[in-house]
Amino acid sequence: MAAPKRGRSASAQSKPGRSLALILIAIVALTGGMFLSGHTTPRLGIDLAGGTSITLKAKADQGSAINKANMDTAVDIMNRRVNGLGVSEAEVQTQGTDNIIVNIPKGTNSKEAQEQVGTTAKLYFRPVLASEPSGGAAQSPSPSASPSGGSSSKPSTSPSSSASSPQKASSSGSSSGSASPSATATSQGRAVTDALKADSTPSPSASSSGSGKPSATPSATPSGGTNADSKLQAQYAALDCSKATDRANAGKNAKPGETTVACGEIDKVWYKYLLGPAAVDGTEVKKAQAVFDTQGASGWQVQMTFTGSGSKKFADITGELAKNQPPQNEFGIVLDGEVISSPYVSSAITGGQAEISGSFKQEEAQSLANVLSYGALPLSFQEQSVTTVTAALGGEQLHAGLLAGAIGLALVVIYLVVYYRGLSVVAMASLVVSAILTYVIMSLLGPAIGFALNLPAVCGAIVAIGITADSFIVYFERIRDEIREGRTLRPAVERAWPRARRTILVSDFVSFLAAAVLFIVTVGKVQGFAFTLGLTTLLDVVVVFLFTKPLMTLLARRKFFANGHKWSGLDPKGLGAKPPLRRTRRPAGPAAGPVDPKEA
Amino acid sequence: MSKLGNLGARLHRGEISYDFVGKRKIWYGISILITITAIVGLAVRGLNMGIEFQGGAVFTTPTKMSTSVAQAEEYANTASGHQAVVQKLGNGSLRIQIAGIDTGQSDKIKQELAKDLNLDPEKLAADLVGPSWGEQIANKAWEGLGIFMVLVVIYLAIAFEWRMAVAALVALIHDITITTGIYALVGFEVTPGTVIGLLTILGYSLYDTVVVFDSLKEQTKDITKQTRFTYGEIANRSINGTLVRSINTTVVALLPVAGLLFIGGGFLGAGTLNDISLSLFVGLAAGAYSSIFIATPLVADLKEREPAMKALTKRVLAKRAQAGAEGDLAAETGADAGDDADDADDAAPAVVGPRNQPASRGRGRGRTSGKRR
Repeated sequence: MAAPKRGRSASAQSKPGRSLALILIAIVALTGGMFLSGHTTPRLGIDLAGGTSITLKAKADQGSAINKANMDTAVDIMNRRVNGLGVSEAEVQTQGTDNIIVNIPKGTNSKEAQEQVGTTAKLYFRPVLASEPSGGAAQSPSPSASPSGGSSSKPSTSPSSSASSPQKASSSGSSSGSASPSATATSQGRAVTDALKADSTPSPSASSSGSGKPSATPSATPSGGTNADSKLQAQYAALDCSKATDRANAGKNAKPGETTVACGEIDKVWYKYLLGPAAVDGTEVKKAQAVFDTQGASGWQVQMTFTGSGSKKFADITGELAKNQPPQNEFGIVLDGEVISSPYVSSAITGGQAEISGSFKQEEAQSLANVLSYGALPLSFQEQSVTTVTAALGGEQLHAGLLAGAIGLALVVIYLVVYYRGLSVVAMASLVVSAILTYVIMSLLGPAIGFALNLPAVCGAIVAIGITADSFIVYFERIRDEIREGRTLRPAVERAWPRARRTILVSDFVSFLAAAVLFIVTVGKVQGFAFTLGLTTLLDVVVVFLFTKPLMTLLARRKFFANGHKWSGLDPKGLGAKPPLRRTRRPAGPAAGPVDPKEA
Repeated sequence: MSKLGNLGARLHRGEISYDFVGKRKIWYGISILITITAIVGLAVRGLNMGIEFQGGAVFTTPTKMSTSVAQAEEYANTASGHQAVVQKLGNGSLRIQIAGIDTGQSDKIKQELAKDLNLDPEKLAADLVGPSWGEQIANKAWEGLGIFMVLVVIYLAIAFEWRMAVAALVALIHDITITTGIYALVGFEVTPGTVIGLLTILGYSLYDTVVVFDSLKEQTKDITKQTRFTYGEIANRSINGTLVRSINTTVVALLPVAGLLFIGGGFLGAGTLNDISLSLFVGLAAGAYSSIFIATPLVADLKEREPAMKALTKRVLAKRAQAGAEGDLAAETGADAGDDADDADDAAPAVVGPRNQPASRGRGRGRTSGKRR
């Protein structure tokens, strides 16, 4: 378990000053950083400091009923969205039958959180039946055209729009790079992965795909449909995506299995779409993450990995679309009724991965990835009220509790002084260093990863006092045992260290294991706790190695300790050490090893 | 030096010791008794789950309330008999949440609360709230615990040996059962704080056990190369050797928590911290106890079933029988043999005879640094 003993203890012995300087520099740097950043207190959890409370009301307009199961699912998903990193201590709960309350601690970007919880995040991949620029887009060459003109008019739009940041979807294997060159030649600034063109696997189901609609020739589309379709055609014709009201209504209430109209903004131009039934939906996205595309220069994009069935469906639909003429070789990625991207396909995309790219900012990409990863809400929600709330724990009670904790700490100090006398200075200095580091790091983590300190975390920190103190109690007892053997202090300090170090590492590893597993697996408050536990355990090791041990080495050179002053806590007589002259009298028997009673 | 320091010295020299391993049956018995009490308590009284787990009622007052949060909390506590959570909203109204009440009770409490707050009951909006600590959080926590247990057993089995892993696990379950049982018996509300407290205990219990095992492992490294002591006896020495450390650590860990629980909860009336500090206090105490009284004797028990250890025990007993036959001779063969008798005596204090005999020597003749590895 322990690291090679000789080398490390030797170096620690020879240069105790260096370790001390190192940790002092770390403290100064961290504290300086804390003051520079202006976050001089840890962000407190909602139970200690209050925060913002958002009330959301479910709307029953998406075809799914407002019932307990759906509400519970929504709470779970929102919980994971707001607690993405697990340390922000937000709370989500239902109220009544159709409300959800989201409580966010003070200092969180509540606007961002509002957006995150409120987004339904229903994601569909729908084949594009027709699309065209819509409404007041000045640079659009084709005026809001007739239904039949939709597809044919598009090529003319391409030069202007495709010049800037093409949007594309691609299998990640073939990723990006190859896409852009071909983009300019085709329609509407959407590019595709050409890399797969070579090994394109034509899907066996030849010309007639799905409902048959996508395979219709562009000009035939408008008149070719059923009654419902012609109604949609009319809708499509009337749709003006440059108008906010039209946009809001466009994709509304669209059932995944039906054809629909939708709007989408690409390079600041609104396009309108006539979309086929959903081929793949968001529930089949296993995982999504925001990545920065370094090769294709398309900036931030969201990479999705499909589940097994999702990747098969995706391969099928892309295979079919690839055989069509523009724009029917495109599919629309529709999020909450809006087309966020409509790449075209030139070959079936297998491998279960896809990317959404566009002019995302980093936060947008991350937020979208976060929302996609945790799935769509079964219901859509409307914000009812946003208000501040005070701490859930009464302030007076909390103060009383802290006072009580302080009294307890004072008792610890008294105990240490009585028992360890001079050594207690080392113990308390170590505790203080550990406390400063914990405080500063927690303060810095507030703005960095949204860490919020709640009451359980405070209590965890109190227990951490015990674990930290244990590390040097183990060490002190070892030193004392060595002195009882008749050693003088300096060799005792060095001989005790390797064994104490092993004990400390072995036992801290268990704590750290607990913290790591819980942090990775769990969500919400448990994850926040695991974080605190892991942090304090690591700091314990750092403090003991870089502070307590070097300090002991230095103090062992002081007369006060080395001569075993009565108040040093290392007085050989007081410890009941044997007079040194007897040291060599008794030879070591074979039994000496195993029965050695010296440990702490 | 303080008395405890002296105690440390005497424990170190083996002048005094407590036979933890020899008397293990008593402690096993006590632990089983406490554990059964805890389980019965759990079964009969059940856990009083807080609003975070089971949901409850929420009352929202009109805006511009003059009543303070603390006052409202007191009213709500007396009206419902549960620990209420009161928050002030931005618009000046109060949000009062009370756990575990259904619609029928809710009406009654509403009336009472309205009277206390000087309100028209109509103006006090009542609604039911769901749990904020949803099933998913709980399930994930269980999943995490399961994975951790498996990993920690594997780790202990590699770093130490499987017997120690088993014993550590038994001690852990023992601690957790007792802590939850006491919760059921005391009737405190279980909050997320309690659960976090339990998880902390889980970490601490294992931590403490591992520290004790580490010393046990060190002491029993070359056990088969000697014939003076059985595994159980060495295990006992090891516990006694770490006793001072165990006491110190436990005191240091328990004092702040005891401060929270007894001073804070008892005198200052900080009831909100009781849930966490109780689980921490009981758990820390149980964790320290089980490492010494349960885990290590259990390892000794398991270990002595091993053939190699059985053979060792036989050899040790044979040697002792021989030494016994040689009678008083042993006492006079000098420090070495005397030490043996002393050590044997420590391990099995049932033999009272020679205990007082080497008192003068005890101050440190026999043991020298030559014994060090």
